[in-house]
Amino acid sequence: MKIEGKAVCIGPDIDTDIIIAGRYLRTKDRRIWSEHVLEDLDPTLAPRLEGAVIVAGSNFGCGSSREQAPVALKEAGVRCIVAPSFARIFYRNAINIGLPLAECEVSCHDGDLVSADLEAGIVEVSGKQYRTRPLSPRMLEILNAGGLVGLWKVKG
Amino acid sequence: MSTLSEQILRACEGEFVDRKVDRAYVHDGTGVLTLEAFEKISDHIENPGQTYVIFDHITPSNNSTTATLQAELREFALDRGLFFSDIGGGICHQVMGEDVVLPGEVVVGADSHTCTLGAFGAFATGVGATDMAAVWASGETWFRVPETIEVNLSGRLRGPAEAKDAALTYVGRLGMDGATYRALEFTGAGAGRLSMDERMTFCNLAVETGAKTGLFYADQVTCAYLAANGRTGTVQEQQDCRYERTIGIDLGDIVPVVAEPPRVDSVRPVADLEGLPLDQVFVGTCTNGRYEDLARFAAIVKGRKVSVRTIIAPASREVLKSAVNSGVAADLLEAGCTLLPPGCGPCIGMHMGVIGEGEICLSTANRNFRNRMGVGGQIYLASVATAAESALRGVLTEPGNAL
Ligand code: SF4
Repeated sequence: MKIEGKAVCIGPDIDTDIIIAGRYLRTKDRRIWSEHVLEDLDPTLAPRLEGAVIVAGSNFGCGSSREQAPVALKEAGVRCIVAPSFARIFYRNAINIGLPLAECEVSCHDGDLVSADLEAGIVEVSGKQYRTRPLSPRMLEILNAGGLVGLWKVKG
Repeated sequence: MSTLSEQILRACEGEFVDRKVDRAYVHDGTGVLTLEAFEKISDHIENPGQTYVIFDHITPSNNSTTATLQAELREFALDRGLFFSDIGGGICHQVMGEDVVLPGEVVVGADSHTCTLGAFGAFATGVGATDMAAVWASGETWFRVPETIEVNLSGRLRGPAEAKDAALTYVGRLGMDGATYRALEFTGAGAGRLSMDERMTFCNLAVETGAKTGLFYADQVTCAYLAANGRTGTVQEQQDCRYERTIGIDLGDIVPVVAEPPRVDSVRPVADLEGLPLDQVFVGTCTNGRYEDLARFAAIVKGRKVSVRTIIAPASREVLKSAVNSGVAADLLEAGCTLLPPGCGPCIGMHMGVIGEGEICLSTANRNFRNRMGVGGQIYLASVATAAESALRGVLTEPGNAL
């Protein structure tokens, strides 16, 4: 699985309340989540996420188990998230809804071209290569099916 | 020899295993998405009798959108014969602790604070909605057996220090990602001296270090609690196992602390920030909304008046009943507190007790993230005694020092 996009760089410890605030959770309308994603961090971010790769600091997605957080990022057009570490529930949720993640620390600026090869475990930023832990076969199987729901449909 | 997680999951740390789930629960927030995902993958609930739907987040509902979403989920739960706890029953983790969970069980909840139930010697961890939908359909899920950090507790709490102060202290020491993907085990003579209410407070905060769960070994205290609630549990023995590392906490050294916004691991003695003006005090949540908490608060404010708006939300109907029967509820009302129905209350800023721009709330909850209780507001986390003394004075006050 190979992914490419322009970097949007943000800091460490981005919690799920910041990704999508509790006040937007009372709905099943995914557009509301994507419109307000990361609003409390920077209200100008959401429109810049289409086709982006988020490059973040450590502990991305800490806090609540709300699956609306990865869904909001995916709906806003985020192609992949690269961070040195992820909170475990967020990690599992992201894979389950078909949002790829790469665990690795890179040096990067807004707008840099980032590509990730998750099978090989390589992230490339402006020509410089970094190694990341390759995803387990189980995770890749889920991602390749577009998420856990997709995999259930295939496997029954 | 195995850690408690390894004993329960019957595999060695680092291994991936598929395990049957003994208990699976959702609340009104995460249940809506779970139902949506479930309907895409299956029509069959594998273990309806072990599947729980507990309304706690926005209860009673705040508007008709919420009410409609809740109605769908309520109808589904009743239709399929799931265990259903409607509004007013209490917070999911508390209800599961009071009525259901047993030592040695594998428990998943669609909420990050599911780790609270590790207090019973269960392997209890939070999952997302899609994972939960797959559990509904298949009765099982996969786990990676976590490495374990031992938190060895010695001594006993003294003076005004509470389990909450000790729990914030370990979060401060480990840091917000200090235990990511690990389990915490609370061991040592100090652990055995803690009540079940206190153990739940310890385990509740485990996820604030990134941990997958936090566990106590079931002992006589656990079995006595279960017996009082009509259940039978067996004692678990700590084996001579290998921990990734051990941190020691002498409970006798613990002093009242606060976690400053917006980080749970930003922990300082209350004494350092004494006098901070407060706009609201909130006592409740799955961290500190239990009977012991309400009783401690009432004992401090009894016969006096709070001087800042003070909201108390019992963690469950059982807690509220005990508070009514013992006179604690009357003491709280006499002191000028506002009593909410059992549930999460203002914890997530969706319903009741939302704070305004620039306001400061002192809360007994577990998260002080930016805007969590209301846009532009700030949350300081503390113990019940600190909340009580501060409510009386209207400013952050170290317990034992008031008036
Ligand atoms: S009380 Fe707060 S932290 Fe606990 S389950 Fe409810 S919203 Fe979550």
